[in-house]
Amino acid sequence: MQATASLNHPAASTSVSDTYNYKIVRQFAVMTVVWGIVGMLVGVIIAAQLIWPDLTMGIPFLSYGRLRPLHTNAVIFAFGGSALFATSYYVVQRTCQTRLLSDGLAALTFWGWQVIIVLAAITLPLGFTSGKEYAELEWPIDILIAVVWVAYAIVFFGTIMKRRTQHIYVANWFYGAFIITVAVLHIVNSAAMPAEVLKSYSAYSGVQDAMIQWWYGHNAVGFFLTAGFLGIMYYFVPKQAERPVYSYRLSVVHFWALIFTYMWAGPHHLHYTALPDWAQSLGMIFSLVLLAPSWGGMINGIMTLSGAWHKLRDDPILKFLIVSLSFYGMSTFEGPMMSIKTVNSLAHYTDWVVGHVHSGALGWVAFISIGAMYYLIPRVFGLRQMYSVPLISLHFWIATLGVVLYIASMWIAGVMQGLMWRAVNTDGTLTYTFAESVKASYPYWTIRLIGGVMFFSGMLIMAYNVFKTVSAGKAYDAPIPQDLPAGSTPMPAFAKAASPAQGD
Amino acid sequence: MDHATLRSVITVVSLLVFVGIVFWAMSGRNKDRFDQAAQLPFADDDLDSKAMKERS
Repeated sequence: MQATASLNHPAASTSVSDTYNYKIVRQFAVMTVVWGIVGMLVGVIIAAQLIWPDLTMGIPFLSYGRLRPLHTNAVIFAFGGSALFATSYYVVQRTCQTRLLSDGLAALTFWGWQVIIVLAAITLPLGFTSGKEYAELEWPIDILIAVVWVAYAIVFFGTIMKRRTQHIYVANWFYGAFIITVAVLHIVNSAAMPAEVLKSYSAYSGVQDAMIQWWYGHNAVGFFLTAGFLGIMYYFVPKQAERPVYSYRLSVVHFWALIFTYMWAGPHHLHYTALPDWAQSLGMIFSLVLLAPSWGGMINGIMTLSGAWHKLRDDPILKFLIVSLSFYGMSTFEGPMMSIKTVNSLAHYTDWVVGHVHSGALGWVAFISIGAMYYLIPRVFGLRQMYSVPLISLHFWIATLGVVLYIASMWIAGVMQGLMWRAVNTDGTLTYTFAESVKASYPYWTIRLIGGVMFFSGMLIMAYNVFKTVSAGKAYDAPIPQDLPAGSTPMPAFAKAASPAQGD
Repeated sequence: MDHATLRSVITVVSLLVFVGIVFWAMSGRNKDRFDQAAQLPFADDDLDSKAMKERS
């Protein structure tokens, strides 16, 4: 009875359980833009500090050493994290055709995550840090992160458990791997003995501490910045290109190849250190192997457009998504090359590493997030597209030029620094002092600043476009299809039992 | 079994599992289910455009 009634009058019988939870998506999507601007602004400030060291007039909490972790935390966890929360909640609901397991727990992840970001923005400039790269936050915040993350896992996997579709779409596999792995990495690497409220000592010492840190650090790249964003890729590229992924089979193979390989690549951050030589070589070999699954993902994403390349000409959202995959391919080629020990002896500790990171972080992570946001934001505000498509195009070009300036200048600066540091005179003394390499780097740091400012300006254009879109739209929660899609098999019994009751 | 042997066994088992997954993914039997799964992002397209039309 109820089912018939709702078919005749779809609007009249719509209750909360008949719609997707888009509220959480809207919240995280808007915060993605906000935190992107904040994090990149801090990046611009520290890039300027390298050129003008007295820029912040010696104020301790604005010094480079304190702002730098604020920048990395803000862009990775606040900007990237919000993009991952927003898209994963959107994708898991739409590909499982069911509402999130719990609206309350989802809201907890949003507010919890925002509190964590604010706490980071307060404690890091004040100098409270555990000194572990990308894991600087002190132990009370670490505990809060763990709690929020467990809630996230419950919401995400609970939603998959009550799905109304037979298959679990590949994007959800990537999001799932990202959620599980980040939980494991965070809890293991953050294990510490608290001394005071904002001071703790790592549970590990010496080279073990270094190895665990970079096991964490590299897998943060592999699972937070890669697997999660591949989840974005596997949903938003097919949707925007309006065709299914090039090879579903390849997506399965490269997913498992990534999972089995990434975990071992961390030691390449510790070449020529106290880490045993065999561990360094192992890390190098697994890093080289990683090229294959990484390029599997890139090829799968780009080839999704095969036969529809013309769409790339006038769709700036697709440009963002596809160019992000090109940068992903470039940086996952560069990474394995840099992990070769002889190459690393030139590249390590130079700006080449900084260029590599930003080729991945700006070119891949930020581009795919921006593309996904331009797709998603109008839809969760009940609109077909963004307020201005030409502004998306402008954003695309200014951001692309910004990234190119950034990474090209860092390549040159990095190789130059590496060569200067290793140059020796015939009598064995160093040819250059360190300060001479700093002086020689200034022109490239200036070009990098220009590139960074361009990328940042792109985010401001985006903020304006998003503001106008949100103002023109209205919060919208899409209905969940009540009848199963044609050609699909009936839902499994446990999903039937868990699906919300119809009617009131 | 000592630690070193256990680690070697786990490494070999992991490799075999991965090779198994590759064969499983490549086997023709899975073509239909993969095709179905690949269509999942598009399953509710009609409903979406209908809902949008009703609103405008």
